[in-house]
Amino acid sequence: MKPFVRGMYHGLPIALGYLSVSFAFGIKAVQCGLSAAASVITSAANLTSAGQAAGVDIIAAGGTLIEMVLVQLVINMRYSLMSLSLSQRLDKGFSLPHRLAASYGITDEIFAVCSAQRERLKPSYMYGMILVAFVGWVSGTAIGAAAGQLLPESINSAIGIVLYGMFLAIIVPPSKKQKSVLLVVTVSATLSIAFKLFLKSISAGFAVIICAAAAAALGAALFPVQDEEVSQ
Amino acid sequence: MKTALYIFVMAGVTYLIRMIPFTFFRKPIKSRFFRSFLHYIPYAVLSAMTIPAIFHSTGSIITAIAGTVVAIIFAYMELPLIVVALAAAAAAYITGFFV
Repeated sequence: MKPFVRGMYHGLPIALGYLSVSFAFGIKAVQCGLSAAASVITSAANLTSAGQAAGVDIIAAGGTLIEMVLVQLVINMRYSLMSLSLSQRLDKGFSLPHRLAASYGITDEIFAVCSAQRERLKPSYMYGMILVAFVGWVSGTAIGAAAGQLLPESINSAIGIVLYGMFLAIIVPPSKKQKSVLLVVTVSATLSIAFKLFLKSISAGFAVIICAAAAAALGAALFPVQDEEVSQ
Repeated sequence: MKTALYIFVMAGVTYLIRMIPFTFFRKPIKSRFFRSFLHYIPYAVLSAMTIPAIFHSTGSIITAIAGTVVAIIFAYMELPLIVVALAAAAAAYITGFFV
């Protein structure tokens, strides 16, 4: 299978999960006073869930541009960690223009699936995945913005778990094989629960950064990886 | 017009956050600790994003737990991503009829 097609195939569950999330975003954006076109442009230009939701809230509340910048920085800062992680796994074909283009599509889910690949990442593989995910994200927004509640609530709420199910499918198998990964995953989840329970004032995006950095640092200190593992 | 400016700023900040590390980190990182850190980051990020958020993802903690359990079992069996993801949604959907 060609890398582009393989990327598209791997992007299918992402697109499916995005459909429901972006559908909800489309409804919300229109409620916040954006036109359907502005909602779709927002989704096409940002390709991120939490940042967009916070962004349209700021627009609706008449917030300042400084506030917009700061909120996006905090919520989306996790992407810089993901980009950094992926930058170490790129194929030689990843020239500057490819890097500039593909970095647009680094979402939580695309990062997750790309990280799970054994071979080095080719630009065409990432483009295939980003394209399919983009179509899911943007069309879901359009449907949500234009048509409001189309799906029955029972289906819509069940779809909410799709992306998390995919995350579990990525972290469970390596946790079964490597106790180092199991430790990292468990510590990160435990910290995340603690943040949710006791530190509600810290935004979800920021909490993820702190929990993940702490757990990964612990894993790196206790179980430093061999060179072969990293170069995969 | 004002909305367009806000959307532009939102998209610009989001893009730069992704683009700068991805584009300008070209050399392999030498520090073993930092390389190990980056090796573990994906799992740590996904774990923190999934738990506890997954339990609030369906609007009912019971259907969410059903979906989570099914997802973990299917993931443990190393089924494809799409199978695990859809099985979780199906489990949540079916459980929804009983709660």
